[in-house]
Formats: sequence, C-alpha cells, structure tokens
Amino acid sequence: MHMQPSSHNLNLLIPTDSEIGSIQAARPREPFDDDTIAFLDELSKRLLAEPSSRAYPDVVTFAFWIRKGRMREYRKEYRERHPGERRLGRGVVFHIAPSNVPINFAYSMVAGMLAGNANIVKVPSRDFPQAALLCSVIDDLLHQKRWEAIKESLALVKYDRSKNEWTDYFSSFCDVRVIWGGDETIEDVRRSVIPARSFDICFADRYSLCVINADELVKEQDIASVARSFYNDTYLFDQNACTAPHLVVWLGSEQNKQRAKDLFWDTVKEITGIEYDLPAVMAVDKLMAFCREAIEAGQVQRELMQNNTVMRIRLEELPQDVVKVRSLGGYFNEYDAECHDEIVPLVTKKFQTLSYYGLEKSDLQDFIVHYRLVGIDRCVPIGRTLDFDLVWDGWDLITAMSRIIG
Amino acid sequence: MYDIADIQDIPPFSMDKMEKERFLTGILGELTAHHYERCPKYRRILDAWPFDVDGIEHYRDIPYLPVRLFKEYDLRSVGELEVVKQMTSSGTTGQQVSRIFLDKETATNQTKILTKIVSDFIGTKRLAMIILDTASVLKDRNMFSARGAGILGYSIFASQKVYALDEEMHIDFDALDAFLKDHEGEEILLFGFTFMVWQHFYKELARSNRSLDLSRGILIHGGGWKKLADEAVDNVTFKAELQRVCGLSRIYNFYGMVEQTGTVYMECEQGHLHASVFSDVIIRNPWDFSEAPVGEDGLIEVVSVLPKSYPGHALLTEDMGRILGEDDCPCGRKGKYFSIGGRIKDAEVRGCSDAYAAKFT
Repeated sequence: MHMQPSSHNLNLLIPTDSEIGSIQAARPREPFDDDTIAFLDELSKRLLAEPSSRAYPDVVTFAFWIRKGRMREYRKEYRERHPGERRLGRGVVFHIAPSNVPINFAYSMVAGMLAGNANIVKVPSRDFPQAALLCSVIDDLLHQKRWEAIKESLALVKYDRSKNEWTDYFSSFCDVRVIWGGDETIEDVRRSVIPARSFDICFADRYSLCVINADELVKEQDIASVARSFYNDTYLFDQNACTAPHLVVWLGSEQNKQRAKDLFWDTVKEITGIEYDLPAVMAVDKLMAFCREAIEAGQVQRELMQNNTVMRIRLEELPQDVVKVRSLGGYFNEYDAECHDEIVPLVTKKFQTLSYYGLEKSDLQDFIVHYRLVGIDRCVPIGRTLDFDLVWDGWDLITAMSRIIG
Repeated sequence: MYDIADIQDIPPFSMDKMEKERFLTGILGELTAHHYERCPKYRRILDAWPFDVDGIEHYRDIPYLPVRLFKEYDLRSVGELEVVKQMTSSGTTGQQVSRIFLDKETATNQTKILTKIVSDFIGTKRLAMIILDTASVLKDRNMFSARGAGILGYSIFASQKVYALDEEMHIDFDALDAFLKDHEGEEILLFGFTFMVWQHFYKELARSNRSLDLSRGILIHGGGWKKLADEAVDNVTFKAELQRVCGLSRIYNFYGMVEQTGTVYMECEQGHLHASVFSDVIIRNPWDFSEAPVGEDGLIEVVSVLPKSYPGHALLTEDMGRILGEDDCPCGRKGKYFSIGGRIKDAEVRGCSDAYAAKFT
C-alpha cells in the first residue's frame, strides 16, 4: 500500500475535522439501509431550505432526488428484483467526478452510499458555487452527533488533477473506483494501481442520439414543451454531456417529417435565441465542423437557420463514422429514416443514450436486443436524458458496488 | 479571370465604397467560380453551404472558410507540380500549422501587391533595412514559415540589410553600430514581428547600457498582440517605449496572415488599420455571422484578390475587431479602417466530456 502523501496538496472538504486515512476502518452497510436514507432525507431538507439553493436548479433537482420517498421506491424496486438476497457494500469506493459538471459528484456519492460503502469523492477542481453549497451543507450535518457513523464513512476531497500522488493513494486501497470523464482522464487515472480484487467502473466519452416520430409530433398540442425538453437535453451542458444527442433521426411519412421538422426546429430556435449564450469560439467551431463534414462525407446539406445557435446538417445517407463529426453548442446531424432499422449498422459501443419522442420505450428496448446491438445503454423520453438513475451506462450501480452474501 | 497587370497600378487607397464594392465583387466572384471548379474540397463545402456560384451579388455573400481549415486540410486549386512554394503559419511546437500552396503566379502577385501597399506608407525608394530577428529563421528555404515569409516579403524594400539578432536571439550591437555608421543620415527601415521586437529587441536594449539612435528609422511590425496583451502592453505603450529607448518615432503596425500574404493591412498615422482596394475586412456578428455595423465588435472576415492557387480568398479569422469608418480617415486614405480586439476566447464548456478542453490545451 502507498504511504499517505503529505497533506498540503489536498483540500479535505469533508470531514473538516478528522483524518482522511481513517475512512479505511469504516464497515460496510446493507444497501439502502435506514441510516443512509435518513441522512439523505435530512440533506434534502436542508438543501431545499437553503435560500441560495434556488439559484441552482441542479441543486434543487438533486435535493428532490434524494428525498426519503424516492429512495424507498428505489429500495422497493431493488428488493423486488433481488428477493431474499443478502448483500453488503464492497468497502471503500473512490469516485473521480468530471471536472466540468458542477454536482455530478453528488450523484456518484449517493450511489456509493446507497450500495453500502464508505466513499471518497474527488469533487471538480474548478470552483463551482453549487459544489461549495453542497459541501457546506453536508459538513454542517456531519458535525451533528446523530450522523457520526455517516461521517466516518464519507470524505470529499479536492486536489489538482496533476497531483497524482493522491489518486495513487486513494486507488491503493479502494475496493471500487468510479471514474467519470473523457477517455483521456480514464487512461490517466488507470495509471494508478488498485488492489487485486478491486475494479473500475468507468463512465467514458459517449455518443447519443434522438429519434423522433414525426407522425406523432405533428399531432402534438404542446410543441413548445417538446422543444423545451430537447433544449434541456442538449444546451444545458453545451451539448457536451455524454447524454446529449448529436444525431436526430426522423421517422414517419415524408410529408409529416417535413412539417414536424419545421415546427420543431422553429420552436427550438425560439428558445435558444433567447436563452442560449453562444460563445464566438463555438460559432466558429460549428462552422469548422460543417466544413469538415462537407469535405469528408460529401452527401450533406446545411439547413439555413436565422442564427448560429442551431446548426443542422442533413445527411443523405448515414456515414459509418457519424460519431466523429460532432461539434458542441448546438450542432446536429439529421437523417430521415424509413424505419429505425436503418441505424443498426451505425451503432457502436460508443453509443449511450437514445432519447425518443412518439415511440414506446419497450419497442426500442426490443429493437436493441433483437438486433443484438453493441451500443445504446438506455432509452429515455426526450427531456429526460440528464436524469441520473441508479442504473447508468449499462451498470446497475447498487449491485455492482455491493457483494452478495451467498 | 483578371490579370494582375490590369489592377496592380490602381493606387491602393483610391477607391470609394461604391467603386470598391463593384471592383471586389467582380474579382472575388471570379475567384469563387475558379476555386469551385478546381478545388474539389472547396466545391463540396459550397455545395453543402448551400451556395450558388453564379448568383453572387456582393462579395459579402461569398462563403467564408474558417482559417483553421487550412491547418487540417491541404487545399489547393492547382496541380501539385505547379506548387512552387509552401508557406506555413508560425505555430508553436506541437501546434498544427496552416499549409498554404503557392504557384508562381500567386507568389509573384503577392510580392507585387505587398510592394504597392507598403510603398503608400514608406515611399518607393529602397532603404537600408534592419531586420529585428535572427537570420536563422530563414535557414530552411523549402518551408516558409510566416516569420520567414514576412522577412523575405519586406526585404524587397531594402537596398542593404542586416539582422539585429544573433542565433541566441541577442542584439548584435557591433553589427548594428557598423550598419548605422555606414548609413548615417539616411532613413532606415526596420522590420520585425511584434512579439520578437518587444521581447528580444526592446527589452534587451532597455536593459543594456548601450545606445542606438534610430530616430531616422521607420519600423514596420505585425504578427499579433496576444503575447503582449498578456504582459499588458498595448500599441500606445509599445510606441512610447520604443521611442524612449532608441528614438524610433515612425512605427507602423500591420495586420496580416500567412493565409492571405500580400494584402496586408497597414496602420496609418492616425493609428488605424487600412484595407486597400485589393482586399477588405468584413466584421461578422458571431451570433449569426451577419455583417456588423460600424463600431460594433465581431469576428473578422478577410477577403483578398490574391489567392488563386488555393481557395483562401474569403476567410473567417478567429480575431475580433471593429470597423472604425470608411472612406473618411483623416489620413486621406479611402476604404475601410478598423482596429483589432484580440483573439476569440476559448469557451469554458460545461458537460462531462473532456474532449473539447483537450483540443485547446
């Protein structure tokens, strides 16, 4: 095992008054144990009572997610899936959160807690007010005697990405390592060795798409809410979340497709025109991506829009390497499909989320299984791509981070 | 297609707005059709744009390629065998550089037009010239970096020349003293890249106990302010400090890029950068790429009549700038005059992928 590095490079956010190394002594819990659920519920109440939370919709969403009611539903579903099975957490989970999403670390932490583990969480090194708020509320709670047991099994740390000695140290004794980030981050973290029986859960760079049934969309009364859903899926994180669609596939009759597209994009553009702040560099990047795509793919056509927030590239055929041509901040490849079978040859392991409108989830799941696709791990309705779930990227996080007592 | 002989004698700052628009629309329209026909990659972009090559009413409507495209693709409108010179931008190590392919005609035209434009500022007489750089920049003659190309380009104004810096980038005082003595009482032309001039000439001179009298000097410098902006040095400070350390009072900044060598934008006595009749700047609003009105900041598009061997006659740069006026600069030159506001900033992107950040680091 590695020696603990000197502490001056580490910012121990939580707990503020004890030693980081002591977390190794924490004992595992059963998944969804009452103490953990009670703690999360208390955290939820504190966050929602905090006036400054209101400025951060992501904090509010998180606070709602960890309410007792929701967690008990999860527990019920979990017990139904695993009747009579006895489990305990695997031990210590070391989480490395993505550097540019403010509170993703909190979701990862909660999954680790619910599975029954002690958790070391590396929060983004960038200063996000949301992360600071969350940390200060958690820290307050942990100073109460009631949550002493939780305190022993939770550490939130912050250190510079270049300070690999801390990654080495936490890796040297963790039982599960959860790595969020691009492929380069993962490669980098993997240079730090973990114990023989330990393993990584990696959430790497992915590609996502959206499938819209035009026949249904033309009948939609509330097109604005569909467009809003798409906006949230995409623009809230500059189209840089793995879940954000880069390809929009249209199904339905020719006539409906045309009408649906006009309606849909006009409405999306109304929202982006008011709410999206497009940096100049991204406008140039999108133009650059378009030129690249025109040179490489040939059979493409740019749809002229009134401003640069939405750039649409119509594909006459689906290229094999559609994954490569993406850009950020509102750059969409579009394809008119006769039926969704057409995307089969396209799907690689890189595909993560298929968001849909006017289709049935179970049909899409059947489709993926029927064609034995190597990619697409989740099908969610349009607008729900960012919703975190305990099943993520093809992993059931609770079972993955706990062990069966056979 | 136009012949350079027909246009090279047009005085470079003689056309007013209407006349220049008609002139440029004609030539740039021809160039668009020329590249569309001869450069397949360019054709694919225009087809997808979508753009009708035969329906050009104004040169502002011509598709503008992002300059970065020349870093990723070899774009040319002549056969490989006709390329006599390949120029590259001066990127730092590891950075991708632009590759610009010149045939004999385009290379010659660049020199001709550069001469016309610069002569309007410094006269047509050849002068003794001090190059504020090191001779070793020019070692590899096959690859013309922007620095090397600039030095060679401006050398046509020289009757005799000397390099101010040695291989270690230190001032060669002995050589300079001898050169100045030989040309005592004459006007001296000085040329260099803004950052090099500041970092290796100005700073060392200011620190040293030597003195140089360059009060008869005319300095032409360009290449961007990005590094100097980091040190909080602007054009005013730059001028004042150089005057202080060596008496230089006639200092002209220029804006130009390797992708459009020749049609340079020179700074006049008023401190304004000027577009000649052979090229123009269009400021585009990043929001929708529409043309921004006078006084408004936006992305700079540059158009030039020179690029014939590669499709670089209309380019969207990553520089910000604004038009200060047109046809009415107190210096008397016609055409647009403008200022540069620096490079566009890298965006702090949200989201979980780090692919984007990596591109910029």
